Parts: sequence; structure tokens; C-alpha cells
Amino acid sequence: MNNPPPTLPTPAAAYGAQARAWNWRRALSPTGNTGDAVFRAVLFGCALVVLLLVGAMIAAMAANSRLSLREFGFGFLTSSEWNPVTGRFGALPFIYGTVVSSLLALLISVPLSLGVAVFLVEQAPRRLSRPITFLVELLAAIPSVVYGLWGIFVLAPLLRQYVEPPLQKWFGWMPFFQGPITGIGLFTGGIILAIMITPIISAVVRDVLAAVPVTQREAALALGATRWETTRVVLANGGPGIAGAIILGLGRAIGETMAVTMVIGNRAQISASLFEPSYTIASVIANEFTEATEAIYLSALVELGLILFLVTFIINAAARLLVWSVTRATSGTARA
Amino acid sequence: MIEPRAGEQPAGQARTTTAQAKVSVRDLNFFYGATQALFNISLQIAERRVMAFIGPSGCGKSTFLRTLNRMNDTIPGTRATGEVLLDGEDTYAPGLNVVNLRRRVGMVFQKSNPFPKSIFDNVAYGLRINRLTTNKTELQDRVQQALEDAAIWPEVKDRLKTSALGLSGGQQQRLCIARALAVRPEVLLMDEPASALDPIATQKIEELIVELKRQYTIVIVTHNMQQAARVSDVTAFFWLGKLVEVNATEKMFTNPNEKLTEDYITGRFG
Repeated sequence: MNNPPPTLPTPAAAYGAQARAWNWRRALSPTGNTGDAVFRAVLFGCALVVLLLVGAMIAAMAANSRLSLREFGFGFLTSSEWNPVTGRFGALPFIYGTVVSSLLALLISVPLSLGVAVFLVEQAPRRLSRPITFLVELLAAIPSVVYGLWGIFVLAPLLRQYVEPPLQKWFGWMPFFQGPITGIGLFTGGIILAIMITPIISAVVRDVLAAVPVTQREAALALGATRWETTRVVLANGGPGIAGAIILGLGRAIGETMAVTMVIGNRAQISASLFEPSYTIASVIANEFTEATEAIYLSALVELGLILFLVTFIINAAARLLVWSVTRATSGTARA
Repeated sequence: MIEPRAGEQPAGQARTTTAQAKVSVRDLNFFYGATQALFNISLQIAERRVMAFIGPSGCGKSTFLRTLNRMNDTIPGTRATGEVLLDGEDTYAPGLNVVNLRRRVGMVFQKSNPFPKSIFDNVAYGLRINRLTTNKTELQDRVQQALEDAAIWPEVKDRLKTSALGLSGGQQQRLCIARALAVRPEVLLMDEPASALDPIATQKIEELIVELKRQYTIVIVTHNMQQAARVSDVTAFFWLGKLVEVNATEKMFTNPNEKLTEDYITGRFG
């Protein structure tokens, strides 16, 4: 990707004594052209700004959450109390809401995304796969708040009337489907998230499957494999990349704020029922930072932000590495 | 340049039809979209013999090989006319079970393509998906048999559970042959199986081919004319999508009937 600029094989004599002395222009640009040197410096500066921004964010959040970190320590993660009046803050209900809504989203989205990706790569004729790919990617471009509105006015009433009652009727013996049916809660939040992360998971899985060499498919077919059996070989080849795509989707689900805030109910509680309202880390920050007048209150919110930042950062890094391990390795050997 | 005379039956055809034909091709034309890649190919492939396809790059020999197990079906926009008979049964007949055809006509590819699984699981793959064994002992026996037939058993017998991707290039190719043999195909197609291998690995593959023809009908595409001369009983020469000459290998390389064949074999073009 990032080819080093070609070094010219010029005889040392041509440079004379000047070449041996340190030269800032030549240090920046081996071709020794002033314009190139400036150009390089500007580009490097742009890249540096991004890194500095990330560093500054971590530093600022760490500094602003010091109060809360010192006050509550590790107990912040295990306490369920969130009381601005008494000044006691614990993150557990938010962590629970975030984790459960994200996992629910994955549970729904992963099979759907795999189906979309396999169809696009293995089955669909080109004139069909192009428009479908385009539409799926368009889903990712819809603003989060629009998803939220649709969630409140369309999805929530739909679930309340047609989905949640039968679920309760047949699976009500499980604690997940007990409690009052309102259409607003973890269940709706999970479904909204599932719709929102499907484009990214299916797009990445599609790239991963497309990177699996044709020779693998032919090997299976030549042994008398059916389309289904061949697809399983392809999926096995793309294993780590698919895992990466799923984790990438998870990262997106965990950080998603607006749409979830609008449908999840925003109540800091831990309940086994998916129909009950819940709260996520991102939602509580968005909802409460304007009300946080106390220093400790604000500090607790910033600490939540720090947790969210670190978790999504690690998840995304891991996911990218997994995806690269597949797309890079296989596309490399396919050309060799 | 010498044009093969249109419509004329390639010389030496009669010689190869005497043995019982395992595969019989009649007037096969093949198209990639609007481009015709094969022109009126008619050819008999005798049972338990090795037939080699030679010809310059792009002459259609690989395309022809892939019509024999309908592997070209996977490429969109391709079309074939004519007949390919396997034991007298038309493999292009509508409603024919392609999956079953490919089990009977195995294939080894130019570039070794083991699955990212263990050595054992690679060879067992075809047996498992086709449900050819009923119990574990039988499966193990068939895998061992296939690895022995592919002359790779001594090298892998102590590492069956390790990844196939850890083998050398030549070993991987013999593993792929073992994988193809495990399902006991009737015909084995080999598309330049040794072109990516060093001379020693190539020699092993060639010895293997000679050994395998006791049990299998083998069709091999090769760019290496010495290889065709060493391993095959019958050689077919393709040129620009047409079958120029089919003849006993010995005759083909000493005294071919066609001037074009002679020019190619002696290196005057191609």
C-alpha cells in the first residue's frame, strides 16, 4: 500500500560533499525536491493530527473522570445504584443493557447477514447482486435518528401488537418473555440494532467470502459437493474474517446511541425480561449530560464514556485484525 | 501458419476407438458468452489408459478437460452443444445429476488446493459428503488407501491430524490427488498437475500417473511435451479450439500425421 519513494541510484560522486552533510529537504524527500518535501510534511501532519486527537480524547476523559474513579473505584462497575440525588453512581444496569441489547442484535443480525452475503457471493447472478449490494449499503447510510423515529412509530407498535403477545403466550415460561408488554424496551432496542448492524456485517462478510479463492470452491465441487456443501467449505475458509465481521458489528451495536435511546425505555434497571425498559451506556450519556450539574455526576458520566471508548476501541481493533488476516492472506496467495 | 482443414476427421482417430471407450465426445462446441472456445471436438477416451492433451496456451485443452466433468457450469455465460458420453450416458442431458457426475469424474487442479483442514479431513471430505462409508474404521481404511495410492502415505502417516497447509507444494498436490482418489472416481482429470512443482516432485507425480492407470482412466493436460511422452498412451493435440490430431503417443512424437502437430512438437511455434 504505502510504497517507500524510490531512491535514485545516483553515484555518490554526483552529489559531492553536499550529499554527506545532513539536508532537511533530502531527509523529508529522497528526491530532494522542495515541493515534494513540503507536500510530504503536510500529509504527515494530517496523519499526526488524527493520532493526537485520539490521544487527547483519552487524556481528557481520564482526567475528567478522576473524581468518579477515586470515589467509587472498581465498585463503579458492580454497583446498580444510579442516584444523582445522593451522589451514588454505579454502571452495572447500563453495562447490562448495552451487553444484552447488543447480543440480541447479533443473534438476529448474524444469520441474516450471513444469508445475505452468501447469496450475493455464491448464488445471485450479477445483475441481481449489484442492486442488492447497493441497497444493503444504503441501509448503513440512513441516519440513526431516522431509525429511532421509525422504531417509535412503526416498529414498537408492530412488536407490541403482533410479535410480543405470541412470544409471551408460547415462551412465557421463560423469564425473557415475561412482564408487561409495551413495545418499548430491550427487545425493540435489540431489533433496531440488528437492522442497523446488518449492512456492515453483510458487507464485510461479502468481502471475506469473495476473497476465498475460486480453487477452493472448485476443489469441493470436483469431489461431488452440492452448492450447500461448497458454501460450507467457503465459510470455513473465511472463518476468522467472518468472526471479525461479527465483532465489528458488535462494536457498532455497543456504541450506537440515538436509535436505541429512542426505543429502549431509558430506565436504569436490570431485569431478565426483554420486554422491560432498559438503558445503555451511550443512551445515559446522551440523556443526562445536560442535567449533570454536580461534579461527581458529570465525572461518573465521563467514566461511562471512557469505558465505552476503551471497549469499542479494543473490539474494533480485534475485528480489523481478524478481517485482515483473511482478506490479505487469501488475496495474496490467489495472485501468487 | 497452417490451418487444419475444416470438417476433416483428425487423423489417427480410428486407432483409439478400438479399446472400449470410457468417455466419448461427439461434435462438442463450447462458448464463453459469444466467443466460441471449442469447435466440433470428437474424441474417444479409452478405459484405463492415460490420454494427454497438448497444445499452446489458450488452445482450449483446459476448457475441454473441464467439459468432461461439467466444471465449466460454474462460469456464468458458458454454453456447450454436442455430446459427452460417459459409459454411453450423455452427461449434458437435461436432468442429469451433476453432483453424481463429478463424483464419478474426479479432478486435480493446476494449483494444489487443499482445504484448510487436517490432512485426514481433506482426504475424508469426499467420502463424508457423499456418505460413502458407514463407520469410522471403514473411513480410516479408505483414507489410508487413498493416501497410499497417491504415494504420500509414508510421509504423512504420523501427522494425519496436522494441517494440510503445512505440507510442501509437491506433497499438497499428491494430497489433492489422494483426496480425488478417495471417492474412487472412474475417470481422473488432471489439469497441468505438475506445472507448479519442482522436477523431483514432478517426477513423483508422473510415476504416480503411470501407476494409477491400472485402475483409473486418466486425462492429463500438460504444457510439457516430454511429460506427455513419458506418461501417456494416447496424445491429443489442440490448436485454436480445434482438435488437430489424436494418435498413439509414440507415433505422435515420432511420426505425426499432421504437419501442424510436427511443427508444434518440434518447437517451430507455440
